[in-house]
Amino acid sequence: MAHIPDGVLSAPLLITGGLVSAGLLLVSLRQLDYDRLPQAAMLSATFFVAALISVPIGPSSVHLLLNGLMGLLLGWTAVPALFVALVLQAIFFGFGGILVLGVNTLNLALPALLCALLLRPLLRRLAPGRGFWLGAAAGGLGVLATGALVALSLGLSGEAFRPAAQVLLVTYLPLALVESFVTGTAVAFLHRVAPDLLLHTEASSG
Amino acid sequence: MISALPLAPRSHWIGGLDPRLRILSALLFALVTVSLTKLSTALVAFVLAAALAASLGTGLRVLLRRFLALEGFMLILLVTLPFTVSGEPLVTLGPLAASGSGVALAVEILLKANSIALVLLTLVGSLEPVVLGHALARLGVPEKLVHLLLMTVGQVHLLREEFVRLRQAMRARAFVPRSNRHTWNSYGWLLGMLLVRSAERSRRMMAAMRCRCFRGHFHLLDSIQWRRADTTWALGLGLPLAALAILDRLS
Repeated sequence: MAHIPDGVLSAPLLITGGLVSAGLLLVSLRQLDYDRLPQAAMLSATFFVAALISVPIGPSSVHLLLNGLMGLLLGWTAVPALFVALVLQAIFFGFGGILVLGVNTLNLALPALLCALLLRPLLRRLAPGRGFWLGAAAGGLGVLATGALVALSLGLSGEAFRPAAQVLLVTYLPLALVESFVTGTAVAFLHRVAPDLLLHTEASSG
Repeated sequence: MISALPLAPRSHWIGGLDPRLRILSALLFALVTVSLTKLSTALVAFVLAAALAASLGTGLRVLLRRFLALEGFMLILLVTLPFTVSGEPLVTLGPLAASGSGVALAVEILLKANSIALVLLTLVGSLEPVVLGHALARLGVPEKLVHLLLMTVGQVHLLREEFVRLRQAMRARAFVPRSNRHTWNSYGWLLGMLLVRSAERSRRMMAAMRCRCFRGHFHLLDSIQWRRADTTWALGLGLPLAALAILDRLS
């Protein structure tokens, strides 16, 4: 859903997206040391696999984006992790494209960073039983912000795409609902079962 | 999923090409195709991509799967574009009029997106992940990013097995996904469990790598060399693409 294919967006947008995401990638890679690579890779792979879950909703079904949860758990590391997942999806499944990789990365990574900025500080002093709300906020915020960015990239590419952008924005609403329930439950689960997982990632790459 | 990919057999002519060249060719093809402005030239690009994919044998199946699995994004675009681009009305539906130029634009986008995806799947997707990583590193992609990519590829298939196992356990307990809170909670727990297991696995993996004297750095051991076949291929792809770009500007 968040994969814009090649051939749609205008050139200025593609170039801007490519440059900005390259900058973000460089910044986040500098903060990531080699010792933490296996963990980042593992989480990147987890999110890649989890994105394959298709959740039925009414007569249709949706795939989870999980960028909000990634931002919450990984902080800055979410940027390269999302980028890698997008590259793999593009070259092995043909989802998205190669020139729009920059824009697609930004559309997913900026909301992840927003979640990291707003919600990660709350992780450390999370009261027992409150994990659900934090996770739900991350999931909902991630999806809605991504939907807004995807619609914006379409809208900026040409007058003719505006109505499509509006329709697209509406389709993100049910996904936001489903995703916030799923990520909420997942964070509540992690908080109960493996709190060190939440705190560990928090302490070492923040 | 990775294991189920249509990998090109080693003996195939494309296997002999320099992996860097394959990545760059896909990039060049994407650049030229995106810059095309006419439906006719986009069609030529698509035929070129389809011919390339077909010469590898896996083309038609992949193509069909891609067309069938039209994503929500493309679907919305294809349905709205005919009505939003102004031009001679082709069909009128009450107050709405589908313009011929809108339909042409929709088809053009569909052709471009699919031909680029096809070339990408054929040229880059058929590379072995390790070779792909090395080629990217040799092309100047930061080494840390390449390591992350290689490690992720290595883990995806293990985690997928884990995921299938967990999902099977749910099915054994008669879990059927529906649109209700129970389904979302169950998937939340599934996701949480997947994260817990993967964290454990990464800890074990790091320990195992330390035991083997891993000091935060992989050495890229390969010897990619440019050969005559590569030059032939570069010309064989470059000339038609240049012709296509010129043809698009001319008429």
